[in-house]
Amino acid sequence: MDTFVQQLINGLTIGSIYALIALGYTMVYGILRLINFAHGDIYMLGAYAGFIIATSMGFAANPSAIGFAVTLVGSMAIAAAVGMAIERFAYRPVRKYSKMTTLITAIGMSLFIEYLFVFIFSGTPRSFPQLLPNENITLFGNATISTSQILIFVVSMLLMFLLQWIIYKTKIGKAMRAVSFNLNSAKLMGINTNFVIAFTFALGSALAAAGGVLTAQYNPKIEPLMGIMTGLKAFVAAVLGGIGNIPGAVLGGLLIGAAETLVVGYGGYIGVPSTFRDAVAFAILILVLLLRPAGLLGSNVQEKV
Amino acid sequence: MSWLKNIGAVVAIFAVLYVLNAMMSSAGFFGTGINDYQSRLLVFIAINIILATSLNLINGFTGQFSIGHAGFMAIGAYASAYFSNVYGESIVRSFSFLGETAAVSVVLLIAIIVGALVAALMGLIVGIPSLRLKGDYLAIVTLGFAEIIRIVILNIDAVGGATGYSVPGYANFFWIGLFAIVTIVVINNIVNSDSGRALVSIREDELAAEAMGVNTTRYKVTAFVIGSAFAGIAGVLFAHNNKFLHTNDFQFIKSFEIIIMIVIGGMGSITGAILGAIIVTLLPELLRMLPDVTLGGFTVRFADLRLVIFALILIVTMIVRPQGLLGTMEIGHIFKRFRRADKPTGGMK
Repeated sequence: MDTFVQQLINGLTIGSIYALIALGYTMVYGILRLINFAHGDIYMLGAYAGFIIATSMGFAANPSAIGFAVTLVGSMAIAAAVGMAIERFAYRPVRKYSKMTTLITAIGMSLFIEYLFVFIFSGTPRSFPQLLPNENITLFGNATISTSQILIFVVSMLLMFLLQWIIYKTKIGKAMRAVSFNLNSAKLMGINTNFVIAFTFALGSALAAAGGVLTAQYNPKIEPLMGIMTGLKAFVAAVLGGIGNIPGAVLGGLLIGAAETLVVGYGGYIGVPSTFRDAVAFAILILVLLLRPAGLLGSNVQEKV
Repeated sequence: MSWLKNIGAVVAIFAVLYVLNAMMSSAGFFGTGINDYQSRLLVFIAINIILATSLNLINGFTGQFSIGHAGFMAIGAYASAYFSNVYGESIVRSFSFLGETAAVSVVLLIAIIVGALVAALMGLIVGIPSLRLKGDYLAIVTLGFAEIIRIVILNIDAVGGATGYSVPGYANFFWIGLFAIVTIVVINNIVNSDSGRALVSIREDELAAEAMGVNTTRYKVTAFVIGSAFAGIAGVLFAHNNKFLHTNDFQFIKSFEIIIMIVIGGMGSITGAILGAIIVTLLPELLRMLPDVTLGGFTVRFADLRLVIFALILIVTMIVRPQGLLGTMEIGHIFKRFRRADKPTGGMK
């Protein structure tokens, strides 16, 4: 029982990170029908931005809650700016072209960010400084939860509620929903769609960067290629929940995270070795897409002639 | 006299491949040789041509968005490598009366058949359920299958697992180049046949094609299986030339690379796919030659930036020429157009 709870806690920790990144995928897909492959790299960029802020402003030497907050918000702001720049200079010019073209542009952008970071920071991993004291709290038996895990839960929860508030209670959120419903009609209604799309990218990138900084508090090793697998799994999470669906992305992220750690913990009993960890997300994805293509919470769209 | 022309072409191709292959050997061809680096590039170009042309059949002509081609390449590579490691030596021994070269070629040909069949079977298993999906969803599923294939192979200890797998080096450039040409010819003939028309009709409008009586599911699966089989062949040749396999060679970045080739060259153009394969293989290597630039005591090594520049070129190509360099045109069409412009009208049939 202790180990099960422990696995679940670990799984939900990773799952919250996946959820934060998946939100960016799902929002961009909802609005542009574009799989933004560079999104996983924004998560990496967020971690590096946090690393630079934390080391250059001296938060690494004397950890404090304020230092963490400044690092988090700072890296979110940088990522938001980068996200908007990517949209403006790479995606906007190809928006009207075919899906294949936009997808290749996204892949190109992803490669560009990865190789640029390898060039600047070299491929060797860096160690992200601990910004808040990290202790293990015993729940019961052998099951423990660390303060950094609590931090991940609390911060990601807050950010998700903030996102929910932005999307459902503000004017720009209403515009986002309108654009994702139908871009051209939204334009006809006087919505500045370019601004809305840029804002969506900023929002998604900020969430991914927050995910990067939070992960770095839990697992301090950061490297330029860390966003590839995580990004892909977050994307799988978005599809699992129903791409374009915001609560779906959160649900998908938590499910993927939990499934992954449970396979590592218990897969041996059903003949699935723990090295299949990375395959689990894809296996779930394939099953869901074949049985319920719209995802768990997505609605089926009837094809029209 | 078209058969005479064909035989001439075949002889010429064999001669060129033979000479190139001889030039790659340490002895060289009458004193002229190609160094190891250049011959490796030629090998990669030929393998990438197989991959790009076969993916083009699925993506470019049938319009099915598959981004998991490296998975089928991996299947072909590992299946044939296992075959060669287990049976290769005994077959070479039993065919030794043909001489060393011929005996090795026999094993390679069997290995190619094994790789192609296993990859085709996998293509069938993956294709039948996933080709019900469309667009992005199909793309994601193929990507997922490719990753699963890779991770499963990584966990099979019989083929080396995480330590890698060594393979006898049976494939020289002659065979690789030959199969690149075979792939081009086969795909070209498929595309220009009745079935090819059906495939293109699915790309243009699937519902209309179905209404016209095209069995879309069947054609889509067929194209997918054929494409997978050729990807498997590319894998076999890669395995037997590289002499070492590791699943890291088949990560989804490899699938992306193949997609980049066909998109840069022009989707739905065979010459485009070939051109794309050549560009994607050579461009990062050419960028190695960029000079260092020193500005105010700060040196930038542009050669280290080559992959960044490659990615930038990719993005810029997509922005300024989204249909790829050739679009759906073939090189032949362009020449024909020039000829047509020269000749007065009326003389053309």
